[in-house]
Amino acid sequence: MGTAKKEPLLRVVKHAELSTRQSIGLRVLAVVLALAVGGLFIALIGYNPFEIYATIVSGCFRSPMAIQATVKFCIPMCISALGVTLAFKMRFWNIGGEGQLIMGAVFASFFALFCSGMPHLLLLAVMFIAGFVGGGLWGLIPAACREKWGTNETLFTLMLNYIALYIVTFLRDGPWRDPEAAGFNKIARFAPKAMLDKVFGVHAGWIVMLILVVLVFLYLKKTKQGYEIGVVGESRDTARYAGINVRRVVLRTMFLSGGIAGIGGMVQATGSDITLSAGVAGGVGFTGIIIAWLAQLNPFVALIVSFAFSILVKGSSVVQSAYGLSTDCADILQGIILFFIMAMEFFIRYKLVFRGHREKLPVKTAADTDAASGEKEAEEK
Amino acid sequence: MISLAFILKFIVAAVGAGTPLLFGTVGEIMSEKVGHLNLGVEGMMSVGAVAGFAAGYATGNLACAMVFAFLAGMLSALIYAVLTVSFMANQNVIGLTLTIFGIGFANFVGVYMIGRTGTNNWQLPANLIEQMKNVDIPFLSDIPVLGKLLFSYDPFTYVGIAIALACGWYLFRTKAGLNAQAIGENPAAADAASIRVTKWKYINILLGGGICGIGGAYCSMVINGGVWISDCVGGLGWISVALVIFAAWKPQMAILGSFVFGALRILKYYMPAVIPIAFFNMLPFVITAIVLLAASIRGAKGSHIPENLGNNYFREER
Repeated sequence: MGTAKKEPLLRVVKHAELSTRQSIGLRVLAVVLALAVGGLFIALIGYNPFEIYATIVSGCFRSPMAIQATVKFCIPMCISALGVTLAFKMRFWNIGGEGQLIMGAVFASFFALFCSGMPHLLLLAVMFIAGFVGGGLWGLIPAACREKWGTNETLFTLMLNYIALYIVTFLRDGPWRDPEAAGFNKIARFAPKAMLDKVFGVHAGWIVMLILVVLVFLYLKKTKQGYEIGVVGESRDTARYAGINVRRVVLRTMFLSGGIAGIGGMVQATGSDITLSAGVAGGVGFTGIIIAWLAQLNPFVALIVSFAFSILVKGSSVVQSAYGLSTDCADILQGIILFFIMAMEFFIRYKLVFRGHREKLPVKTAADTDAASGEKEAEEK
Repeated sequence: MISLAFILKFIVAAVGAGTPLLFGTVGEIMSEKVGHLNLGVEGMMSVGAVAGFAAGYATGNLACAMVFAFLAGMLSALIYAVLTVSFMANQNVIGLTLTIFGIGFANFVGVYMIGRTGTNNWQLPANLIEQMKNVDIPFLSDIPVLGKLLFSYDPFTYVGIAIALACGWYLFRTKAGLNAQAIGENPAAADAASIRVTKWKYINILLGGGICGIGGAYCSMVINGGVWISDCVGGLGWISVALVIFAAWKPQMAILGSFVFGALRILKYYMPAVIPIAFFNMLPFVITAIVLLAASIRGAKGSHIPENLGNNYFREER
């Protein structure tokens, strides 16, 4: 506003990109601050924060069984974060990881319940593909509508989450109801043949997770398709001028994004729950979004963040049994950590200039703009 | 035969079931009108729920509970506003986190308080529950049909309708409200027209959060008869986000919409058992998805969605 009489008290300007070490340092600082605020809260209600934090961490590693439980929490979170990563890289705000995960589980469960005559490995392979296709199709619907009519994908994927959830309760109460279940409705436990094998005490989903981390990383970094995702995310117009078929990239990527979440659902149903329950996703699709964003859409970092989150989840259940505090403190801590890191992201990219403070204006470099556009929402319409 | 009394009973129940949705929807409209899609409605309602419940527990005064729920909702919206307006963080991510954080916070405090009461039960005082009963105005409530239809709800319903009407008036009839809408459509143009973009974004988002907070207080205080229950908002915040689309971003429409969705919520108790319950639970979301699709198919003309919904505004990048 060049015509303003007064210069604003505070202005926001970009500053030159920080070195990797500086920016990692600031993020670590953000986590420390978040833990301090969480600790303050714990102290306020009359507990020793250091004791509680120590219990959270030690509770996860005190026995091989505890470690296995922690890893088990990590698997669906990480896989759904990977799915979201692909979509978000394209600036397609896929909030539907939850629904895609559920539909993957539904498709896979169909084969577990009704085609369990197949040999074990073949059955698992079929279920794996079914989970991928189920989640993929559930991701494809909002993508197709968005490409055809410009339907807002955030809101549409959100609706699809709940539609998927109630499809499960419908199946549970009706067609797929276990006739032997007494009292309340549930879906039958899978036959042993449809169960994911255990490797080192944890279901094989963790191997699937690790493979997916590597695959998604290579796909984004090393393949032409992965490159196209990045270009479409930066600017649809640029992509179009460069001869990229934007519509095809969006549809393909959303199928993959949903498909990966669907694999997460299949793994959770056959490895952990051994049945299809309404809580198969249980908010993991939403947590996955937070993880992907915290990891700055880097698959390897997502793995680390997922593990850190699963420590919080598992650790807080230990805190519950030891101190009688609710497990919800995991959610509170996750929230505080994300709030602090997001605030810190701002200071990594921008600085505040006070009124009257004169200095040479920062020169916008290409790298600078790159970094900033990560923050700015893309123009989509 | 379906009698008049039956229909009346159904309508009254539908309005009651729609009341928390009304607060959530109007609050979210306030935020979305300035271009900020706040997916934290469920979280803000949860924070309002626990704050309102705690204030009611401590004071036994309904008005006091509502004020505290409003302030708590505002405070949680402040987290969202600082991070998305000032720090330009991704709105979807912050909103979702606010939801997870808010639900976690409310449940945590609830469990903590249950432990402290010593009775394994966190319960509102009886005189407060008395205040939350459906109103009974002499003469007016006794008018046949009309009295039941208009003057037989609990205080929250009337507060909600008043707030919705006030917000509708503010957004569509005052200069400040029209300016706020301009921000949601095109913040750069609004800025150039010397509208204080940041200030009005904050005002709208905070007011919206406060309104959601009162809706949360309804969930915790009225729905379960004055006993604290974890996860008391139970997805109503998400239905509210959906309802914004159904109401075409108009607070007055939200009144009608929330009562329609309220009717959908209770329909399952009135329908023959042949139809699966999942169908009724799914209905609000299916209808919303259809409305969303239909609006986008009709194109720009039929769509009331703020043009810059979900996009942050950085002045130096106009």
